[in-house]
Formats: sequence, C-alpha cells, structure tokens
Amino acid sequence: MSPTQQKRLTAVLALLIAGAALAYLAMSNVEENLVYYWTPTDLLAKASTVKDATIRLGGMVKVDSKEWNAETLSLKFIMSESPVGDGPSITVVSTGAPPQMFREGIGCIVEGKYDGKLFHADRLMVKHSNEYRPPKEGEDAHDMYKTMDEDEMPADHPQRKRRDTESPAPMPSTEPKEERL
Amino acid sequence: MISLLGRGLILLALLAAAFGIVTGLVAGARKSEQGLHITRRAALVFAAAMILANLTMEYALFAHDFSVWYVTRVGSRSSPNWVTFVSLWSSLEGSILFWGAIIGGYIGLFALLYKERYQDYVAYALAVMLMVGGFFALILSAPADPFKPVFPVPSDGPGPNPLLQNHILMALHPPLLYLGYVGMTVPFAIAMAAVLRGKLSEGWLKPLRRWTLAPWLFLTVGIVLGGWWAYEVLGWGGYWAWDPVENASFLPWLAATGYLHSTVVHERRRVLKVWTLSLVIIAFLLTMLGTFMTRSGVFNSVHAFSQSEIGPIFLVFIGVMVLFSLGALAGRSHLLEPEGRFVAVVSRETAFLLNNLVLLTFTFTVLLGTVYPLITESFKGVKVSVGEPYFNKMALPLGLMLTFLMGIGPALPWGRSDAKALWKGLGFPVSMGLGVVGLGYLQGIHGGLSLTAFGLCAFAATITLRELLMPTVKRVLLHRETWVLAVVKSIWGSRRRFGGYLVHLAVIMVIAAIAASHGFKTQAESSLTPGQSLSIGAYTLTFEKLNFSEEPHRTTVAAQLRVQKNGDSLGTIAPAMNFYPTQREPVGTPDVRTFGAEDLYTSLMTFEQDGSRAAVKAFVNPLVSWIWWSLPLFIVGTLISLWPQRRARPAPTPKAALGAA
Repeated sequence: MSPTQQKRLTAVLALLIAGAALAYLAMSNVEENLVYYWTPTDLLAKASTVKDATIRLGGMVKVDSKEWNAETLSLKFIMSESPVGDGPSITVVSTGAPPQMFREGIGCIVEGKYDGKLFHADRLMVKHSNEYRPPKEGEDAHDMYKTMDEDEMPADHPQRKRRDTESPAPMPSTEPKEERL
Repeated sequence: MISLLGRGLILLALLAAAFGIVTGLVAGARKSEQGLHITRRAALVFAAAMILANLTMEYALFAHDFSVWYVTRVGSRSSPNWVTFVSLWSSLEGSILFWGAIIGGYIGLFALLYKERYQDYVAYALAVMLMVGGFFALILSAPADPFKPVFPVPSDGPGPNPLLQNHILMALHPPLLYLGYVGMTVPFAIAMAAVLRGKLSEGWLKPLRRWTLAPWLFLTVGIVLGGWWAYEVLGWGGYWAWDPVENASFLPWLAATGYLHSTVVHERRRVLKVWTLSLVIIAFLLTMLGTFMTRSGVFNSVHAFSQSEIGPIFLVFIGVMVLFSLGALAGRSHLLEPEGRFVAVVSRETAFLLNNLVLLTFTFTVLLGTVYPLITESFKGVKVSVGEPYFNKMALPLGLMLTFLMGIGPALPWGRSDAKALWKGLGFPVSMGLGVVGLGYLQGIHGGLSLTAFGLCAFAATITLRELLMPTVKRVLLHRETWVLAVVKSIWGSRRRFGGYLVHLAVIMVIAAIAASHGFKTQAESSLTPGQSLSIGAYTLTFEKLNFSEEPHRTTVAAQLRVQKNGDSLGTIAPAMNFYPTQREPVGTPDVRTFGAEDLYTSLMTFEQDGSRAAVKAFVNPLVSWIWWSLPLFIVGTLISLWPQRRARPAPTPKAALGAA
C-alpha cells in the first residue's frame, strides 16, 4: 500500500468512525427528547412504561372542572375524551394564564409530565380546527367571540358566513405557534 | 372568465415546460444551436405564462371575483389593500402559484442573460429548470388548481389567515423566502448541466457561485425576517422553535452555506469537485423536501395543516429528482476527477473542510430531528415529536465549532503554515477572547457554555475585523493614501473576501445574540388589576387600563401599562390581542421595546371584558435586537461579494497582516 493510499484509508476510516459516533449520539439524543402524543386513555394505559417522558396530551376540558385563581395564576382542570360523562380522565395543573380562548368543553392540548396523579403542564394550547362549522341548533354563535362587542357584529354579518373548509396553510416558518406558559 | 384564462395560462406553461425539457436535453446532448434556440423560446413562454397567471389571480383578488375558487378561500371585501395583495401567497394553492411565478422569473432571466455565454451548458440547465417548473405547473393544473370555477358565486370570503394579516412583515417574509427556496433550483440546474456535460470548466463555476449566492441571501433574509415575525406576533418571547416549518428553511441554508465554502477550496486547490456539486444538489433536494413538508400536511400541528392531495405527488417528484441527480453524478463523476490535492493538515483548506463537515453534520442532525416523527409514525404508528432540547443540545457544540472555525480559518495560510508565525498571529485574538471571558465572569456570568460562546465570538470577531481593516490600515500607513481612498481600494481589491468577512461578522452577531438570549432571558407573569404592577429585572410595569379599538377587519384589545426602570419613567407600552371575525382564536400583538442592548417584551395573555383584570407576561431578552441588526451586514456583505469581478487576487498572507498587528 502506497503512503497516499494509506493516508486516504486512514482518513476514510476516521470519517466513518466519526460518522457512526455522530449517528449514535444523535439517535440517542432524539430518543431522549421524544414528546409522545397521547389521549387520556393512552396515558392511563402507558403511564407506567415511560417514567420521565414528556407527553403531549390531547383531549377535552371537562365541563365544570376548571378552577382558576387569577391571583396566584394557578389553573386546575380535568381532561377527558369527551366534555361530559365518565370516560378516563386526568387532572391537569399548570401555572400561568391560559390562552384567552380557553374554556370548559373545548379541545385542548397540554404538554408536560405525569406523576401518576397529576399532569403537570408547562404548555397549554387550545385546539381549534380552523374549519368552519356553522353553529348548531340552539348553540349561540356569539360564544365564539365572547370578547367581541356583539352589537358590532350581527349574526348575519357576511364575515360570519365563512366557507373555508380547510385551514389556511401557512407559509414556511409561519406556522402558528402555541401559547407557551 | 378569469378561471378560464388562468387555467389556460397554467396549461400553456405546462406545455412549454414539457416541450422545453425534451428540446433542452436533446440540444444539450447534440450540442445543437438550433435546439438551444428553441429551448430558450420555450423557457420564455413558460416564464411569461406563469407570471401572467399570477397577475390574473391578483386581478381576481382585487376585483373580488368570487367565482374563482382561491378568491373564495382567502379573499374578503373588508381586507385592506395590502392584505388583498399578499393573499396571493397566504394559502396552499396560491402559494404554489406564486412559486410558479418566481421560478418563471428565474428561468426567464436565466434564458435572457445567457444568450451568448456558456452555450455548452445552457440547454441542459434550462431543461433541468423546466423540469422543476413543469412539475409546479402540473400540480397547479389539477391537484392544487387555484382557478377552479365556483358556483353559485358567493358574495364575500373569509380573508386570509389572521396570523398572516397581523404584521406587515408578512408582506415581505414569504416572497423573500420563496425567492431563496425557488432560487436554489438555478444552481441545481447549473450543477446538473456540468454533471450531464461531464465537465466543470472554470468559466461555469462563476454563474454557479453567483446563482447560489443570490438565493442564499434571500433565504438568509427570509429566515431572519421569519424569526422577527415570530418574535413580533406570536407572543411567547422567542424567535425560533425548531418547528418543522422553520427547519425546512434552515436545512437548504446549511447545505448552501457549505457549498459557498467548499467552492473556495475547489477554486484554489482544484479538489472537492464532486463534493462541491453534491452540496448544491443536496441544497436543492432539501428545498424540495421542505416544500413537501410545509405543503403536504404531513406534520401534525395544533393548527392542523390542510390535508392536501399533493403530498404523494411531491414524494414521487423528490424521488425522481434524487435518482436523476444521483444517477447522473454516478455516471459522470469519473470525468470530474480532482486536479490538485491537499498538502498540509494545519492550513486554511483544512479549516474549510472542517467547516463543511460541521455544516453537513448540522444538516444531518436537523434533518433527523425533523423527519424522525414521520418515520416513527409511518413504521411504528406511534405519534411523537422531537422536542426542542434535542435540537438545542445538538446545535450548541456545532455552533461553537463553527464560530471557532470562522475565527481560526482566516488566520491560517493556504498550504503549509509556519507554526511560529501562526501562534504570533493568534496571540491578540486569543487574548481578546480570554478578556471577554474574564470580563463576563466578573460581570457575574458563571455559565461555562455562555462564557465559551462569548469568548469564541470575541476571538472570531477580532480576527475577522483585523482581516477587514488591515488592508485599509496598511494602505494608509505604508502607501500614504487617504482613508476614504484606502477603504474603497481595499474593498474593491478583494470584494469576495471583504464581503465574506462582513457576512461572518453578521453570523457572529447572530450567534452572540442567540447565546445571550438563551442564557440570560428572564420572564415574569402576573394577573393585574388596575394600579397593580409587575416587576421584572429593573423594570416595573403598572397596569393602567384596557383599551378597545375597532378596525373594519378586526377588533383590538390592548392593555396599557406604565413602564419604570429604577424609578425613571419610560412611557407606556400596550401589548394587545386582535380578534378577527373569521377566526376563533385571537392573534396577539406583543409590545417589544428595545432599551439599550435588551428588549422588554410584553404580551397580553387574558383579560376581563370589563377591564378589571389583565394577565400579562413579560420577558427581558438580552441582545435579541442584534439578530435583526445583522441583516444590513448580511445584505451589504453578500452584495459586495456578488459584485462582478474580473480576477480573484491572492489573499494577503497572515504574515503581512501580522506585521501591522
């Protein structure tokens, strides 16, 4: 083997080893930082299998379960698969003001850890499909805009009659971010 | 009527592209002048049709022609004019249409610019560009047709996504990012033309570099503006979250940056030919992957993307492009043999090589974190995402290595180095770096990583500034030139180098800002009744009242807060929340004020409608404004570097620089 070939071989070997080490490092790092997307049912079934995992829990905020203390900024509510009934449910606690649109009965996603009793959320997001859904019979459309001055926006206002059946696709790097607590 | 016209134009573009691909490849293989001529015509027809199709859509938007499907999705009679204008790229189909206009513009410009020069390559290059352009025309003609007629014609529409109407940056950021994204097609085509032709002449390197630098600049500015937009609108006090959509724009940037460095080595040493071309190809493939990720709805987010039908088509196209470029590279690489070789381990080319390895590693780690959830979901059916800590952990050492290389590289000579001279040259920058570390320590910064980052930034900045200023100083001292003349002459003498170092300074600014804002961000949150206050750092924010205001397309609620710093009044701030009638969730407008080197950032979280209470979150973010201030440096540096040059002059040796240091 000529000296040049030998040098090349050494270089290639060094690169291969470095590449393998990097791949290993990256993969183990990825595994450590995975965030699992679970429903309350999944969480109750699998909670014991992953101890310190970060979990993104998606479900509904149970009606009559919200306890909000504006002074201490502490929030407690029950998350379940449906807003009413006795399905699997999990008590979520967090500190910080929830998003303006947060209320009972809506879809919600929390990210944090579960200690077996309480889910400690450090992020709370209101889940809202941007899909238009006409108000159902008996449902007050004004609830959607609770904070708006209702006289300004009559129910038959043309802007109310949305027809975007899909959510608008944002462009690169404009994906709406969640509220971070 | 409009629908018919728009669809006709898209069809015309598709036909022109298909025709041009065939004639271009044939003309390239046969070196036919006639064929090249025809291909150029086809390219111009494609460009004209695409641009006209976009003008047609803009017309429909402004005329509120709700018989056109896309207008019914994003148009609204109550939108202000600028919002109507940007609606073109505010949703899926329109953004692809806009994409078509940009690629049309690039192809048209390319066809017009190279009428006489580089005739060996132009036919191939146009054919490759038309493949990409034709693909977008194909998507627009059926699966994502924005011109679909609508019946019955509605009287009004919802307007674009409120998040996109909330800030004027939205008018600037997407077009710039698109110019960068789509622009990567041109260097790809240039590289592929070299591969297909089986030769990479010195002459063809020049357009390759310039056509990479231009989209690289657009991408850079687009990414920074995207961060700025996130900072100014999203209200969580940060500017980057390693979101798949953000990563999609960062990945090609990394690969293109790698290319910009490896090409220097290639020009100097005649090595790394295939490697350099591969980086260009990778950058392009990553833009396509990014387009796929942002356009196909594969990523689940809280704000679910529209599930569109274009995902599979995109994957097929990416696959075809990968096979095409890999096949061509494999078939021709024996013709692109290196002509030179490496001589020394401690040399500038080694620094460049390491830079390339670090950038490629960076690309790989970001790519892994971005696509990992897709892989686990499709193979294991487990829904996961990769958390920010992964990216931060991986990016930190890589960023530090890059900073170190940015410093040491320019201090090393090409070829063999003289160890003694080298150490002497490094003495001053190293002591500057250590000085900053010491100063930081005395100021109460005890985090090892932050200190390392600041020290390396100071080290790299010192060397960069020395390289920037030394030619001027030497001219003044040795040649007795006036300062103005000396500055102009030394810039003019080596524009590429000078521009490159300005860009390095910009990058160092960004890195320092990231290190500072990550390490020393403080935050506080409180729910306030009028008269109550919140303290953060040296600031005291006192809630005065809520202000409600109405605009035709939205209602705004702002919390008026009085700011005091160490007892001195700094006026009032008003973080706000905007309600758009077409969206259930409000969109925030945080109030960001820069005081000296730090930002006071406030966002309104919730409020009581009667004005009795407002929850406010406040951050003090050090140095974040440096990220935005790096923009002029990026732009000026790249433009200086892009300016046409007759012949590269040899860089001054570090010895010469040393003499004056």
